[in-house]
Amino acid sequence: MTYEFDFAAVLAYWPLLLEGVWTTLRLTFFCTVFGILIGAFCAVVRTSGPRWARWIVGLYVEFIRNTPLLIQAYFLIFGIASMGFRLPIMVGAVIALTVNIGAYTTEIVRAGIESINRGQLEAAECLGLSKMQTYLHVVIRPALERVYPALSSQYVLLMLASSILSSVGVEELFGISNRIQSDTYRNFEVFVVLGVLYLIMAVVVRAGFSVLGLALFPRRRKLGTPL
Amino acid sequence: MNWTFFISLLWGLWGTVVLSLLTFLFGGIAGFLIAIARISPVKTISMIAAAYIEFMQGMPLLVLMGLCFYGPGIFGYDSLTPLQAATFALTLYASSYLGEIWRGCLQSVAKPQWEAAECLGLTRWQRMRTVILPQALRIATPPTVGFMVQIVKNTSIASLVVGYAELSYNAKIINNSTFQPFLYFGIAALMYFAVCYPLSVQSRALERKLNVANR
Repeated sequence: MTYEFDFAAVLAYWPLLLEGVWTTLRLTFFCTVFGILIGAFCAVVRTSGPRWARWIVGLYVEFIRNTPLLIQAYFLIFGIASMGFRLPIMVGAVIALTVNIGAYTTEIVRAGIESINRGQLEAAECLGLSKMQTYLHVVIRPALERVYPALSSQYVLLMLASSILSSVGVEELFGISNRIQSDTYRNFEVFVVLGVLYLIMAVVVRAGFSVLGLALFPRRRKLGTPL
Repeated sequence: MNWTFFISLLWGLWGTVVLSLLTFLFGGIAGFLIAIARISPVKTISMIAAAYIEFMQGMPLLVLMGLCFYGPGIFGYDSLTPLQAATFALTLYASSYLGEIWRGCLQSVAKPQWEAAECLGLTRWQRMRTVILPQALRIATPPTVGFMVQIVKNTSIASLVVGYAELSYNAKIINNSTFQPFLYFGIAALMYFAVCYPLSVQSRALERKLNVANR
């Protein structure tokens, strides 16, 4: 007996799939925004904060980077629930993913900050820029520009990793497909469709990041040279 | 805390280690072939390898797990056990990343080395084995050890679709009956940390040690 593929049965659920795609993209968007904020902040603390703060950030980064996202999500989401707080699951998902991606972003941005030439800082001081101005314009922005390719691929990985949160009940693309599986019993076809959808999303998000990069860092666009 | 649960977590850790080692073994072999294929002068072969990498890195590991778990049965093979399916999926995943890492390492061996080996009349295989690989190996060690951390962490996903009983799976089961998430997931996290952190430290140390040229 040979197996007959039936993709039509799965694709009939396209509104559900679309909803899942939308949820995944939304989740990725929020985590990208918060992740970059946290990452940039922690990277600054890690490179020039007081000793105890550097130590705390170091601990955070090492701990997150050396434990799986799944355990972090269980710990945070089930943990928060066990303390009696009731959070919407999407909020919990954004917290768990942001805590995770924040650590990776910190490491990447730190590498960028450390690559900034000392001369740049001295020049900023000579020009009379305030500490805040120096950080924003002379340190963070060029640092982000330099590590932008690494950051964007990390965030594409984040989008793929968000599928893991289906295990705590988030109905993003992977989670919502469980319903299709239990309705149709077409598990294999569902996974094929999911694979194709994620591949397309990865391509689209990557393209989005490179367009965003051109918009955010006009220097490269105008001069055509890497920093 | 209950000792039975702690023992169960330790068994889970053992499952994690077994799966990680199997993945590293098979993923390493497949990854090496991918790396070689990727730098092949035959355009078709290098394109196929590039497409494979693009494909594997563009979908979540969870989806790969599902395909590997349900796929073989559909194509008329015996269904895989959870360990086999998880190893299969993780091997595909790891080989694409290792292939890409090692390709970079092979290509970073200076061009004159390749040319000199050719001038000496070495065959392609001799050139690879006696000239390129020994040099590439030194460059490849730190990122490879670093990637082992990724493998260990990603074995946690094997508990979800295929239901392989490793550390996160056991922790989840224990939490379901005790409702003490901070305690048991905390211990599980510490166990992962105990495996991964030494690897991370080792990777950084190797990087410093082997980076003689830029010191």
